[in-house]
Amino acid sequence: MNAAASWTVASVRAALSAKKISARELAAEFYERIDGRNPELNAFLTLSRERAYAQAGRVDNAVARGETLPALAGVPIAIKDVLSTTGIRTTCGSRILESYVPPYDATAVERLDRAGAVFLGKTNCDEFAMGGSNENSAYGPVRNPVALDHVPGGSSGGSAAAVAAGLAVASLGTDTGGSIRQPGAYCGVPGFMPTYGRVSRYGLVAFASSLDKIGPFAANVADVAAVTAVIAGHDPNDSTSADVPVPDYSAELGKPLDWLRIGVPEDYFGEGLDSEVRAKVEEGIALLQKLGCRRVPLKMPHTDYAIAAYYLIATAEASSNLARYDGVRYGLRVPGATLTEMYRNTRERGFGPEVKRRIMLGTYALSAGYYDAYYLRAQKARALIAQDFADAFQKVDAIVTPTSPTPAFRLGEKTSDPLQMYLADIYTVTGSLAGVPGISIPCGKTKAGLPIGMQIFGPHFSEGRVLQVADAFEKAGGSQL
Amino acid sequence: MKISREDVIRVAELAHLGLSPEEVDKYRDQLDGILTYVEKLNELSLEHVEPMTQVLHASRSDRHPELREDTLLPCDAAGPILAQAPDAAKPFFRVPRVIEK
Repeated sequence: MNAAASWTVASVRAALSAKKISARELAAEFYERIDGRNPELNAFLTLSRERAYAQAGRVDNAVARGETLPALAGVPIAIKDVLSTTGIRTTCGSRILESYVPPYDATAVERLDRAGAVFLGKTNCDEFAMGGSNENSAYGPVRNPVALDHVPGGSSGGSAAAVAAGLAVASLGTDTGGSIRQPGAYCGVPGFMPTYGRVSRYGLVAFASSLDKIGPFAANVADVAAVTAVIAGHDPNDSTSADVPVPDYSAELGKPLDWLRIGVPEDYFGEGLDSEVRAKVEEGIALLQKLGCRRVPLKMPHTDYAIAAYYLIATAEASSNLARYDGVRYGLRVPGATLTEMYRNTRERGFGPEVKRRIMLGTYALSAGYYDAYYLRAQKARALIAQDFADAFQKVDAIVTPTSPTPAFRLGEKTSDPLQMYLADIYTVTGSLAGVPGISIPCGKTKAGLPIGMQIFGPHFSEGRVLQVADAFEKAGGSQL
Repeated sequence: MKISREDVIRVAELAHLGLSPEEVDKYRDQLDGILTYVEKLNELSLEHVEPMTQVLHASRSDRHPELREDTLLPCDAAGPILAQAPDAAKPFFRVPRVIEK
């Protein structure tokens, strides 16, 4: 592991308190690494040195005055470019927002700021978070730091790659159908999607509002827990944010697992699952059993319908959410003789092919005569998938599956066939539809050296338990299987 | 084919997307593939299933009603918002003519 990657939330805190390094020096160290590595990785789209050094300066002043430091004091963090940041360009990986500078911070971002975090910059992603390879960014793909000719996964590819390459201690991503967990698996870092409503979506540029979630990547589970604790909690600015108390996640780590029943759904181990991924996840489950968990076989019979339901619901919501990009209030405007022509020219030039495809599909699914056949049907299928999870959690305390059917694929390998790209989301979209928390945790590598991820789901608001299992797995050597 | 060229053109119009003739053909093929795939949902018997419209409906406590108090809060954001507009004429956004003379 390289020097920068060895920084953790705890070691930053200890070094600052002991005055071994200042927050400004630490930020400078990370910018040096970014300057060295980012030209090749393309993980960062915008660096926010001014804000970072101002934040670091505040931390250094607090240290000098002997104040108690907040939870993430001085921790260098990268933020996915779909989260609004005051004064820092926020492109969503799209041409249409190429020069957009938000006048406010997303709630999750504001909470990190208050906790003393230092914002290094904004990370690359698939345009409007639509994709599973980061190849849909208008600013070029991110390369996987573990294997440069492979994708980092998506849509939060930049956030996963930045942490994996040691260019940030932690990062924020967003997950609509797997966009944190899958890049976490492909880059070999833990990536956590909390329960829907656990983290406010205020200031997150909307893709599919009933599915969008914000969550962290970090080099280890303890740091994932530390960041989650800061960003979680009720926010009156998001009417879907849950008014449920936030427990002390870090206090859950290290507790024994011997009471836990882990469900292993056979539906996640069928056709299409790469044999090396299967073998490592089986080893991972065996390791959890060694830690005292009881393995329970499960059936989740509607798993096979999740992709169809997900791609109808997500695109329908996207077609509505993305109607706001019309060249009137912000972002790109391409002139036209009439208002309609201006809308059309702006959207034609501003959106990339995948975003257009999803807007088209969503508009079609919602249009007169097709609503019942597509959108309504998908929402009913979603209810059955959520019921699968509710039934499973009557019998088990957590569910363990592969994160993705394959390890990272090569750049360009899947771009010609959008449906094939969608089908790769099979193990992640189920939990997205049900709204449950899920983490992807490194679980060994393929013979070719590509990281493999194991996914752990828990019931709604069981973040503490999911993190506890992942942490115990990591500490027992799960990532080196 | 589930979807005709005319359907594609009509949907693009609804979505205010300009498409070249090549794009119309490309999207027709790709959307057709996806729409054929999602027919899978027809295998399910869904007659008596309630559509899931929100995630946390069931897990929300009754103590927390869906609607909040309608309280007025100051919002002095017109300046920064208009500063992001491609063509602003304070306090308005300027757009091409909408009504014909």
